[in-house]
Amino acid sequence: MTTRTAADGTALAGVRTDTTVPPERPRSRRRYSADKPQRSTALTVMMVAVLLYFLIPLWWLLVASTKSNADLFSTFGLWFSGTNSLWVNIQAVFTADDGVYLLWLRNSLFYAVVSAVGAAFLATMAGYAFAKYRFPGGNAIFSAILGAVMIPMTALTIPTYLLFANAGLTNTPWAIILPSLVSPFGVYLMRVYAADAVDETLLEAARVDGAGELRIFFGVAFRLLVPGMVTVLLFALVATWNNYFLPLIMLNSPHLYPLTVGLAQWQGAAAAGGGSKALFSSIVTGSFLSIIPLVIAFLFLQRYWQSGLASGAVKG
Amino acid sequence: MTSVETRLPAGRAPAATAPPRRRGPSPMRRRENAAAYILITPFVVVFALLIVVPIIYSGYLSLYREQLVGGNTFVGLENYSRALSDSSFLSGVGRMAVFLVIQVPIMLGLALLFALLLDAGVLYLGKFIRLGIFIPYAVPSVIAALMWGYLYGTDFGPAAQIAERLGISAPPFLSQDWMLFSIMNIVTWSFIGYNMIILYAALRSIPSELFDAAAVDGAGRIRTAVSIKIPAIRPALILTAIFSVIGTFQLFTEPNLLRSLAPNVIGTDYTPNMYAYNLAFINRDSNYAAAIAFILGVVIMIVSYTVQLSTQRKERAAR
Repeated sequence: MTTRTAADGTALAGVRTDTTVPPERPRSRRRYSADKPQRSTALTVMMVAVLLYFLIPLWWLLVASTKSNADLFSTFGLWFSGTNSLWVNIQAVFTADDGVYLLWLRNSLFYAVVSAVGAAFLATMAGYAFAKYRFPGGNAIFSAILGAVMIPMTALTIPTYLLFANAGLTNTPWAIILPSLVSPFGVYLMRVYAADAVDETLLEAARVDGAGELRIFFGVAFRLLVPGMVTVLLFALVATWNNYFLPLIMLNSPHLYPLTVGLAQWQGAAAAGGGSKALFSSIVTGSFLSIIPLVIAFLFLQRYWQSGLASGAVKG
Repeated sequence: MTSVETRLPAGRAPAATAPPRRRGPSPMRRRENAAAYILITPFVVVFALLIVVPIIYSGYLSLYREQLVGGNTFVGLENYSRALSDSSFLSGVGRMAVFLVIQVPIMLGLALLFALLLDAGVLYLGKFIRLGIFIPYAVPSVIAALMWGYLYGTDFGPAAQIAERLGISAPPFLSQDWMLFSIMNIVTWSFIGYNMIILYAALRSIPSELFDAAAVDGAGRIRTAVSIKIPAIRPALILTAIFSVIGTFQLFTEPNLLRSLAPNVIGTDYTPNMYAYNLAFINRDSNYAAAIAFILGVVIMIVSYTVQLSTQRKERAAR
């Protein structure tokens, strides 16, 4: 197993992919020594103070989205005003510009889900192949993929735009989805993950049983790769959902915008025109609504992405 | 799969311990190669079309100049020499270097500290704290920039409100002197949790034998952290450092959004990426923009490799 997964010298950033860790690593939490760690109240208080720094802006966003535009300017930002305008604001968000917000939400969801599923699937197949097969050219291709992790994606965006413009792909959903399918880091992560998660004896057994290689992948290995794949999927989902530069460049029809570009455009309009200040409460409420899906996804899938990261991505 | 054991050829060791097979291409080997190629093909195709081809095209574009009369002309490295004496580009790169030197150590230092505290199990509410610090990562950078823009603002920002109530004036977060730090704060807020989770996951997968030895030596908790844990997660630290270098030089969203609040502070050349964007889409000079993007990529690679090499040298020196 070690020989098959041994990395060549170009492993990303010194992150070694060799599995010198015994395959039967203890899954449960190790105890370093007999003494149980002593919990510290002082340190906890300090960290709760730190936590406030991270949560107060979100608290502000929640509070602000319950305020009318006038109250936004006239009442204290970190506490509610007397009247709750959340429902009015939500209605305003969904009806502004003929309900374009709902379109943006749908676009964001569509781009993110299609890209993430595609990226995770491609990365899982390739990562598994690099981990479990030694084939001519394999190391060279893998090195090229690793090298690409360091290429700034935004540096690629301008030439990609020009190529897409020639092919008539700009201002279509493809312009967002296609570039988001390539996740070199996802391949790297899945290679490390597959090396560990798919036992070689299992593959041999299936081979002896006469199963074809592809059937082994889809029927036997795939199931074992799911936690790692969910990790790649989730991070690809975030990357696409949060992307701003790519859709900003590729799209010019507002009805194709994802939330990020749409909200930024509202903000630009509100900041530029003094008269359109009524938009501020819609921007704030729209921003608040737009972060809810991802926060929920992370909270619900945390078992997956935390174990995926722990067992694959960052093994020393 | 029920009769696998009995069907195994006699004397054949399980593959996991078998020496690497070095026979010629047997039918089985050929089948495996074919499967490997089939499995990597979808990724390799999109990789080639969306990474390799654009890079080559970008390199090609950067050697030409579009002229009103005569169309494209080959100009060699002229776009590159222009970029290297272009004060807009150079000041943007310089600004990002300052950003890198200040923001990245703070962000990664704090992320490491938090990860170590969470891993050591010395906190109450550990899981809650971990998630709370991570949550900003799920907030799109556009929303983070919008939100902090309001928080910084004098219109209805809480900082200004509190300061007013106290009879003092809040720091001018969106002024010339403060802007870079205000952006650093947004980026730090967004990404500490992400880096912390990567480091935390690395800490959790340190094999326990390392700690047994330390316990025998009677090493204290801080001593263990410094001389065992941090060296053990060095690869993850380098990974986070390199991702931060890449992210810094690509900075675009935050300054581009804050620009609507402070157009006099943030010009179109505030970051190299904003400059390239404006060259390509406002000035319609995609040849020059391609050269800028190329140089930026080279800068990022050089800095990334420097980060990697310097830590390797340090490690070697320590041995």
